[in-house]
Amino acid sequence: MTATATEPGKIRAKARPGDTTFFGLAIGAGSLILVALAAVAVFLLAEALPAFTADTTGMNSSPANFWAYVGPLAFGTVWSSFLALLFAVPLSLGIALFISHYAPRRIAQGLGYVIDLLAAVPSVIFGLWGIKVLAPAIVPLFGWLNEHLGWLPFFAGQVDSTGHTILTVAIVLAVMIIPIITSLCREIFLQTPKLHEEAALALGATRWEMIKMAVLPFGRPGIVSATMLGLGRALGETMVVAMLLSPAVVINFVLTSGQNPSTIAGNIALQFPEAHGDAVNILIATGLILFVITLVVNSFARWIVARRAAFSGAN
Amino acid sequence: MKLTKLGTVGAIVAVGALALAGCAANEGGTPAPTGDSSEAPAVTLSGTIAGSGASSQGSAQTAWITAFQTANPGVTIEYDAAGSGAGREAFIGGGVAYAGTDSALNDDEIAGGFAGCVDDSFIQVPAFIDPIAVVFNIEGVTELNLDAATLAHIFKGDITDWSDPAIAALNDGWSVSGPITAVHRSDDSGTTKNFADYLFQVAPDVWDAKPADPFPYTTGTGAAKTSGVIDAVTNGTNTIGYASASAAGDLATAKIKVGDEFVGFTPEAAAAVVAESPAADNASETNLAIKIDRKTTDPTHYPLVLVSYIVACGEYADAEVAPVVKAYVSYITSEEGQAVAAETGAAPLSAEQIAAVQAVVDTIVAE
Repeated sequence: MTATATEPGKIRAKARPGDTTFFGLAIGAGSLILVALAAVAVFLLAEALPAFTADTTGMNSSPANFWAYVGPLAFGTVWSSFLALLFAVPLSLGIALFISHYAPRRIAQGLGYVIDLLAAVPSVIFGLWGIKVLAPAIVPLFGWLNEHLGWLPFFAGQVDSTGHTILTVAIVLAVMIIPIITSLCREIFLQTPKLHEEAALALGATRWEMIKMAVLPFGRPGIVSATMLGLGRALGETMVVAMLLSPAVVINFVLTSGQNPSTIAGNIALQFPEAHGDAVNILIATGLILFVITLVVNSFARWIVARRAAFSGAN
Repeated sequence: MKLTKLGTVGAIVAVGALALAGCAANEGGTPAPTGDSSEAPAVTLSGTIAGSGASSQGSAQTAWITAFQTANPGVTIEYDAAGSGAGREAFIGGGVAYAGTDSALNDDEIAGGFAGCVDDSFIQVPAFIDPIAVVFNIEGVTELNLDAATLAHIFKGDITDWSDPAIAALNDGWSVSGPITAVHRSDDSGTTKNFADYLFQVAPDVWDAKPADPFPYTTGTGAAKTSGVIDAVTNGTNTIGYASASAAGDLATAKIKVGDEFVGFTPEAAAAVVAESPAADNASETNLAIKIDRKTTDPTHYPLVLVSYIVACGEYADAEVAPVVKAYVSYITSEEGQAVAAETGAAPLSAEQIAAVQAVVDTIVAE
């Protein structure tokens, strides 16, 4: 910032080697991420172009064209992530509020560590846990849902007796994104101005009312950002989906059947090892679509944050 | 504070780099001291060759390579289990010295020529017979008889309950009921293609999809890789699936109807059907592609098998790799090599096949 001040008469800060070095490093780091992003985008575009006109009949389920192939995958990607958020966000908010406002300090710290530890577990472990523990354990629940709530389209049809359904995947995804959302929300809730909280309490608010009036409005943009970060991980999650989901190229909302819409990332992981020729381009093109979906979701999140910022009380 | 953090990161990076470097050094060092000099052949081979192809051959290739490199310390062989299609493509383009593939080269591929070979000369020999088992998990049931049509109906989703009369008709005293969960591979697989080929040929009225690597119908449950299928069948209830027989483990396997009898898989029955199957339409003196007789009625045959091939050049443009490839392919198709493969679950080639294959391998030009 000092380097640009060249007007005569102004006192110019002496350039110290430390400053220039860190300036260079910071610029380098900043541009490197742009270069990496551009490189990925260029790679995706260049490799994906042939796919839009390629013959897709050799792909799984032999769809008529590229869009018929990527459509169900894009749907499955968004649908599974949406389900995961549905489970993860309320739970994360609860955990974060407990840590920041309810728990005794010592428990709060310990719990915080445990949550952060959960974020460090590799997804392949979550996948194995899903296959070996969660899927077999959850099948009776599916049977119950199907029996009693089968009139809902979500639980209709035949129950998959292996438990490899999109609901199981969504639960595992939720467990994976809870640490991300929780730790961000916790930090945000802790930053609520003490004066706001004390003012609310002084006006006779209970603790819950104080949270409702002071903490949540203040943290709203942060909650949205945290949710979007979690969503980003859920959208791109590969291993769990590839290992755990029983995929079919379909679009449906059934949560308990064996024919689930797969996700783009999971499908690439499954199909790429044996892919050759056009199939490689088609799979990379689905990756491009995922790139676009992520971009749209992130822009949407930015927009929400920017829109909400004015009313949040944060300023 | 910040600097301390930077320092920590730096230390982690440094330790990581050291650890990685350590790994690399170990790997580089391993082949050298494997000195079992008593097995060393008279002619010392040396050189590096690369192969690519079927993942079904992956574990067998690893076993072959280990044994072959132990006997020939100067040789390095790399096999990239990238998939049959990728392997054939790499071989056609001249990128690898040999390919392993679950489907024989088709006419177009042969007509297109091979970049790494002189005059597009090639050999194609069976190297690996992998019986496919129909595994199931129904409480209290250890024996299950199925014919191709019923099997096709189950995997196509037409038969959805074990109490179906079609199943009862094939099994005496059948009293099982419950919804069927049919587990198939969710990734592309030569196992799926050969399973589908069996159903397509024996029960074409039911199984109307042309055999291919992806599972053709949107029914049943998909699971990733062989281990995923086995796991889903084991952990589910009233499940049925198909997988390489070597992976079946403790699971019960169904018998399939051949002629008038029901035949369970055995390595002998799998080898027998391959031995007595006719040559493929495009077979030649150096192309030993087999058209597996799926419709066999001989009850000593088990027609639900996968044959994996090795494809190599008849004469190499790069003459240096020829002796190594020749010796290696000769080794894997020898009785010794087949015995090594059998330990990984494959069915060995018959003695006659070994003789025929060895005769073809001998035609590889290596001076």
